Amino acid sequence: MSEAVVWLTIFVLSVFVGVEVISKVSSTLHTPLMSGANAIHGIILLGAILVTGAARTNLQLGIGLVAVILASVNMVGGFVVTDRMLQMFTRKRPVARKDEANR
Amino acid sequence: MTAPVWVQVVDLFAAVCFILALKGLSSPRHARRGNAIGALGAVVACVVVFFYGDLHHVPLILAAIVVGTAIGFVGARRVQMTQMPQLVALFNGVGGGAAALVALLELAGADGSSTPKFTLAATAFTILVGSVSFAGSLVTFAKLQELMTSRPVVFPGLPVAFGVSIVAALVLAGILVGQPAEWAGAVLALVGLLLGVLLVLPVGGADVPIVISLLNAFTGLTVAAGGYVLNNTVLLVAGTLVGASGTFLTKLMATAMGRSVVNILFGALRGGSTLGAGEASDRPVRSAGPEDVAILLGYAHRVIIVPGYGLAVAQAQHTLRELVDLLGERGIAVDYAIHPVAGRMPGHMNVLLAEAQVPYEQLKEMDDINAEFKQTDVVLVVGANDVVNPAARTTPGAPIYGMPILNADEAQQVVFMKRSMRPGFAGIENELLFDPKTTLLFGDAKDSLGKLLSAVKNL
Repeated sequence: MSEAVVWLTIFVLSVFVGVEVISKVSSTLHTPLMSGANAIHGIILLGAILVTGAARTNLQLGIGLVAVILASVNMVGGFVVTDRMLQMFTRKRPVARKDEANR
Repeated sequence: MTAPVWVQVVDLFAAVCFILALKGLSSPRHARRGNAIGALGAVVACVVVFFYGDLHHVPLILAAIVVGTAIGFVGARRVQMTQMPQLVALFNGVGGGAAALVALLELAGADGSSTPKFTLAATAFTILVGSVSFAGSLVTFAKLQELMTSRPVVFPGLPVAFGVSIVAALVLAGILVGQPAEWAGAVLALVGLLLGVLLVLPVGGADVPIVISLLNAFTGLTVAAGGYVLNNTVLLVAGTLVGASGTFLTKLMATAMGRSVVNILFGALRGGSTLGAGEASDRPVRSAGPEDVAILLGYAHRVIIVPGYGLAVAQAQHTLRELVDLLGERGIAVDYAIHPVAGRMPGHMNVLLAEAQVPYEQLKEMDDINAEFKQTDVVLVVGANDVVNPAARTTPGAPIYGMPILNADEAQQVVFMKRSMRPGFAGIENELLFDPKTTLLFGDAKDSLGKLLSAVKNL
């Protein structure tokens, strides 16, 4: 297989996986799912690190560092805010029960 | 530059993590673990990159990561849950911006004779769509944060400006593929920014969440193209996953709101605005005080609560839960009917109520509860409007026609808690407000619920 076709294969298969894994999501989880997917594309940080590490001029270095900052905001912020949303789904009234015990 | 085999294996591991993350996020039980797995994959992939290749400026890069991490972390921890949609938009935008900058830098290192044309095309795509996503997300942020009007912004030359920008973008992309000139890349980025603004301006407030989801998918595809340019599989796989699932999710959301994506983006341009008139009506309605509503609720057998964005804005979800608990103690069966797009984004209301520690079992999805409204004594609509507007079923001309709604109009009694007679987000009048069985309780949701709570206690 030529290299371009290998890349194309990965791309096409990823499209199918991407649609398949979320096809049965309940609307309750749409917002966290969007936010989680948003965090995943923060992986562009990896690309930002690579190009910044190869910068040859100060201008390139400056642009690269901005890209690194933006990408890490995307990645870290995305995962943290998604976790915050999901935290609320898992906590099933332990607090309320404690209230009753105190009474 | 091709990474060593062990790095490629680590990249495969990260890609699998992302698939498991999306899979986990689709079910309530595994969602949080899924998110953690995704984060693990991302961190591993980013740490490994420091151990191969020859990176320069490592201390500066690490410092930039620390700065970005701090901003992202603090932003994500501090934000009010009601403001979460705009935060997601912002995070999405900066990701798109980062991808565009990465492609611009890669272009600066490209060599006209040796770089394959297809790689240059992917570079142009990344620059253009990344900029569109960046600017578009900033506009959605401004709309949701109410820094600007949430109504559609349309001016006479807009379709022309849009068309000219698209042509300009295609020409510049063509120039780039012919000769990797840095100036063409920079201009392409500027045109992308303009396109992003023009794309989102005509979208009405109620549709903004769908646009955020669409821009999220755009950024995913941008990252995928960036992965191709940089010869990096993990970027390609992660970006494609987000692009594909994001597009599908956008479609799911649009269906839940009874809208089509094309209509949302271009509806305002065709004159069929995504918003209606938005005038307050002076037709007579029946309003009542908290004591009257307390009697209605206190002696009912079955009550359904329909929460909406007004509840969230007033931060009244805790008071509402107290009221529901109190009614529960009186032996009244109470559930929350959650419309798929209650709040500002699909699932947003569930998050807000979960924050107020409302038990998950009391939150009923629309399809599960719609048949029960007929046997319900009182429906209490708190800060919602469009999601119970019968016009969606009866008025073909209405902007929300076809959107599935909660059948609150089938209940014996309907109580609306509203701040004013102003129409909802979609800007159309709600006939249900004027129905003889409807009672209105005017005031701030938190304030009114507090009064209602003490009135029920005194019954």
